[in-house]
Amino acid sequence: MKKKYNIGVTGLNAIDSPGPGIAVIRGLREAASFDVRIIGLAYESLEPGIYMHDHVDKTYHIPYPSTGTDLLLQRLEYVHQQEKLDLIIPNFDAELYSFIKLSDQLNKLGIKIFLPTLKQFEERQKFNLPDFGKKYDLFVPRSKPVFAVNDLYKLDEIDFPYLVKGKYYDASIVYNTDQAKSAFNKISAKWGLPIIIQEFIHGTEYNVTGLGDGKGNTISAVPMRKQYITDKGKAWGGISIADKDMLELTDKFISQTKWKGGFELELMKNSKNEFYILEINPRIPAWVYLAVGVGQNIPEALVNLAMGEEVKPFTRFDVGKMFIRYAYDMIVDIKEFEQISTVGEL
Amino acid sequence: MVKIKPNVAVSESGFLFNPANGESYSLNPVGTRIFGFLKEGKSYEEIRDSFMREYTVDHDSFERDYDDFVNMLKQYNLTERDEEEV
Repeated sequence: MKKKYNIGVTGLNAIDSPGPGIAVIRGLREAASFDVRIIGLAYESLEPGIYMHDHVDKTYHIPYPSTGTDLLLQRLEYVHQQEKLDLIIPNFDAELYSFIKLSDQLNKLGIKIFLPTLKQFEERQKFNLPDFGKKYDLFVPRSKPVFAVNDLYKLDEIDFPYLVKGKYYDASIVYNTDQAKSAFNKISAKWGLPIIIQEFIHGTEYNVTGLGDGKGNTISAVPMRKQYITDKGKAWGGISIADKDMLELTDKFISQTKWKGGFELELMKNSKNEFYILEINPRIPAWVYLAVGVGQNIPEALVNLAMGEEVKPFTRFDVGKMFIRYAYDMIVDIKEFEQISTVGEL
Repeated sequence: MVKIKPNVAVSESGFLFNPANGESYSLNPVGTRIFGFLKEGKSYEEIRDSFMREYTVDHDSFERDYDDFVNMLKQYNLTERDEEEV
């Protein structure tokens, strides 16, 4: 008989700029090595995953990361009492810090998580990327954290056009100081400081999702090229590709950093065929179901690593398989919305 | 000789896929045939003679169109870099 795990999953916002939760859950439900009961952990009452009962068995509201780790821990203790969680897979950049901080306490409760260490999490932050590149001998664009609008006048080493990026999300390409000031104000109002100014690398963008075991081994790596992009720059369609250099770069990233957990590399290939790492997202991306579909079930492998099982690295994947996302309207009774909004559980 | 990258494939309908970067292209029937000949490692002369047997085309016109097509393949990175020029 297969084992059954109770797994908490965040990122149920399957919207036009989707959280990875539903894609992760699809991978877990298709896992060959275990069965699952999925406990959704949601920040807002209208996250679509809450109402997707084929995917999510039960959902609980959890407090925003900004309220601090104490409240989050209290809430997770309550959820654990009800559901006997074996594992939580956090999927939002903004919540990862809290979950990494709580990992020992959660472990004591019997809840596993499989995330990068705090050191790994911090050193790949956008504002630390130049040092990261130097330390691990990886190409990264020049970038600089900026804490005030006036600092935009002191960017001697970065020419226009450049990117103005938020700490966690959002990016604008700007061609002059007026545009830069406007982007600075808009993004900092939403995501706080610092704002990161990053050199614009001309080229073709690629993404790689993968999984590191924390000992320097690549368990999974699947490169993808976006084919259809939303106005927020999110992939609405993409295709799996085979690029030896990209896979070698991913192996180097994992072996050098001993990366633990899921990740997404955002890469730019310039005209000299050099790959630059634009961003390292320290969690599974929303398009991870493509990896599942081409033969590398990253969510399943992550769970097995977290539970201390032996996981053999994937050695192949199908090239030339596409994912195409779609929007779908569910009809939901107001009673369900009422229940998650007032009781905080559904 | 123009050498097509080994992993680049074309279907019978002329749909060409480059797995290294995910790009795809549509070839017309003539392009599909030339591409097929190049994949088989045929020389310019062999391809030209084959076309001249089947179509009413003079040397100069064929050479011009062939060069255009091959340059496009190069531009899209579908050929090996160290090829000998025709």
